[in-house]
Amino acid sequence: MLIKSPHDIPSDEITPEKIYLSRRQFMGAAGLFAAGSAVAQPAEKKLPSPPSSPSKTGNELEYLRSHAKSPAGFYTAEKQTPYKHATTYNNFYEFGTGKGDPARYAHEFNPSPWSVRIEGEAQHTGTYTLEDILKPHSLQERIYRLRCVEAWSMVIPWIGFPLGDLLRRFEPNSRAKYVHFTTVHAPKSMRGQRAIFGSIPWPYVEGLRMDEAMHPLTIMVVGMYGKIVPVQNGAPLRLIVPWKYGFKSIKSIVKIRFTEHRPQTTWERSAPREYGFYANVNPQVDHPRWSQASERRLPSSLFSPNRIPTQLFNGYAEQVASLYKGMDLRKFF
Amino acid sequence: MWIKPFIFTLSLLPLAEVLWRLVNDNLGPDPARTLALETGIWGLYFLLMTLAVTPLRRLSGWSPINRIRRMLGLFSLFYASCHLFIYLAFILVWNFAEFATELAERPYILAGFTAWVLMLPLGITSTHGMIKRLGKKWKKLHRTIYFIAPIVILHFVWLSKTIERPALYGILLAVLLLFRLLPTTGKSVWALITHRVSKHFH
Repeated sequence: MLIKSPHDIPSDEITPEKIYLSRRQFMGAAGLFAAGSAVAQPAEKKLPSPPSSPSKTGNELEYLRSHAKSPAGFYTAEKQTPYKHATTYNNFYEFGTGKGDPARYAHEFNPSPWSVRIEGEAQHTGTYTLEDILKPHSLQERIYRLRCVEAWSMVIPWIGFPLGDLLRRFEPNSRAKYVHFTTVHAPKSMRGQRAIFGSIPWPYVEGLRMDEAMHPLTIMVVGMYGKIVPVQNGAPLRLIVPWKYGFKSIKSIVKIRFTEHRPQTTWERSAPREYGFYANVNPQVDHPRWSQASERRLPSSLFSPNRIPTQLFNGYAEQVASLYKGMDLRKFF
Repeated sequence: MWIKPFIFTLSLLPLAEVLWRLVNDNLGPDPARTLALETGIWGLYFLLMTLAVTPLRRLSGWSPINRIRRMLGLFSLFYASCHLFIYLAFILVWNFAEFATELAERPYILAGFTAWVLMLPLGITSTHGMIKRLGKKWKKLHRTIYFIAPIVILHFVWLSKTIERPALYGILLAVLLLFRLLPTTGKSVWALITHRVSKHFH
């Protein structure tokens, strides 16, 4: 079987606007993000690099392309959602509840400089610049299905690295049973957070069980479609957990906390009957107000709703079902 | 009079806007949903405007406003009908078995459909002939809108992930309905106030 080298792939295969970022270019951008933060955050620390940080030469592409021979689950040949739609049809209530609001108001928010605070049950805690967070990780592409709890889905080529690789660098201790994530709280530049009449408590928080966080399918994302991830999609650093409903994949992360106890997530808090901690994609467990048995793969058109059956664990059952062995998925929804 | 054709033209603008977006392929990745949302919300806006006519007349004493009430009500029914048509045609693709399941299992679908069915007779009996023929019964029949409007709000609450917007329109509706509990005097509230004030100063 021929494995295409990245140079053989026509540049319009993913998106006409595709930009091949070299590692150097990307780190330059990350450096820009980090530039001001050294002043703003005097407590930043240097992290130990993982033992096997693959070395790269400057000419290589920034990220490893995903393809049919990638490990199971890392790639899908399904038709990708056009970049235009994936970046203009978003749920990011920090910018408003309309699907177009995040793209419309993203310019009001500046994701640089950026730093992430690490807290809780780990050897290394403190505040780290985005550059420090990203430095040792080589980027790779993952083409994942994204299933929203609202019963629509997309296929998106993300660029990032395994969350587990990042978490291991902080050396979580034996009490670290859960990972708790927090989105930036910036009401001055995120208009959804300053809505007078709001039902969502900010900042947005999410969490994973340690084994879910360490699973190779769980990634930290910094890019999509070959580009740096846009603000409306969660710049500069977001999570992707492809077998869970989209709201688990928290955006614009500023804090990661290792905890012994299960965190209460934002949606769990606002509607505990409707959104659970696990939020695994499951066609058999309906949302109390609508069915989860099928989904509309976007883009759809007026005369073809593009409705397809939803798969257990969003089609990643082979990789993740063992995490939930013996659990009642109706109870732990 | 200029007011009717003017309001009529204005009322068609939301439809024109979505049709313009449709021909320009600018409805986003889920055009059916966008069309359903836009027409649905305009159905509600026109319903609220219809119910605002009487309070506005009583506040202002400007009775010509009554002349546009029927048109606003019919536009509410018109947008609600577009909303239902889009749902049936482009989301369910005329699968009536599925529509039955949705009605049975999704309270928000049941609420929305019920509201539309109950609004139909109001639209049908909105002509001059019907008003004459039904006499006193006409007013009774058309007062059912006070019950239908909260069902519309319920439809909106049940389909929303967050409560903010439906709650906002729910409060607006409550204000409009509560206004009707105020005693009627035949005079505008404005006239009453100015009367009081002038008495005070003389």
